Amino acid sequence: MNQQIILRVMAKLFIPFILLFALYVQFHGDYGPGGGFQAGVIFAAAFVLYGLVFGVEAAQRIASPSLLLACAAFGILLYAGTGVAGILLQGNFLDYGVLDGHDPVHGQHLGILLVELGVGITVAAVMIITFLCFAGRKRST
Amino acid sequence: MIEVIDLSLLLFLSVLAVAVARLRNLFAVVLVMGFYSLVSAALFTVLDAVDVAFTEAAVGAGISTVIMLGTLLQTTSKERPLEKLAIAPLLIVIITGAALVMATRDMPEYGDPQAPVHQHVAARYIHDSEQEIGVPNMVTSVLASYRGYDTLGETVVIFTAGVGVLLLLGGSLRMRGDKEEGA
Repeated sequence: MNQQIILRVMAKLFIPFILLFALYVQFHGDYGPGGGFQAGVIFAAAFVLYGLVFGVEAAQRIASPSLLLACAAFGILLYAGTGVAGILLQGNFLDYGVLDGHDPVHGQHLGILLVELGVGITVAAVMIITFLCFAGRKRST
Repeated sequence: MIEVIDLSLLLFLSVLAVAVARLRNLFAVVLVMGFYSLVSAALFTVLDAVDVAFTEAAVGAGISTVIMLGTLLQTTSKERPLEKLAIAPLLIVIITGAALVMATRDMPEYGDPQAPVHQHVAARYIHDSEQEIGVPNMVTSVLASYRGYDTLGETVVIFTAGVGVLLLLGGSLRMRGDKEEGA
């Protein structure tokens, strides 16, 4: 699609806004609709758009599969790690109230933020991996 | 007024469903299915399930459409035409559909506060979420805190799915370890 100048210009124009919107959905999920799942998918959608317009090779140069796989695992570890931190602070697994020694509600806020971030990172990485896998294969004959 | 919107959206959904079943060009089927997801998202918005609508629009209409198109690239975009009308599957579908319609007569009214689903833990979530979690979006507080185990499980499922896709289809991707042996 190298000749499609309108597509290329519009994609370049839109991608930063899609990424920004994903971050908004991620961190505003406590107050409005949205959260890690939706933010991760929107974040991945920006990469999918880039891959569709500029080619899968170019998308792979930005987000290498090894990095994406590491990110996917890191998201889960961040989620589970937040749970384990609750145990270490003499609470239950995934009990965020103990994360802040003074105010359980603050601890809940912190826990939800970290957990949703973990979900977002994993979902975004897995979605981009899936897209690269499907789009990167040569057309079967 | 709201009934008109509900009815037209549901009518639209059934028209799209029939179109998906009738079309033989799989490329068109994928696009119609994306459209189906978008209409479902609108329906969820009417039902005040904004978070669900958001997910449906992003995953159903967005990412799945792209992945299905990628799948068509690997296979074929023409479905084999039906030779004759298949009677047995039609009967099964009609009987199952009739059973489901009959079952809806036992369901509580839509929005009934006395419905069983609103009598269990939901009342406690609604009552105590503001003090215990302090997050305005109750969906987030239920999803990430009260039902944190479930969400952890779901995230692991997504991770597993990604690893599965990578193992099955990732042959063309360049991983870090590949460079030395590829040279």
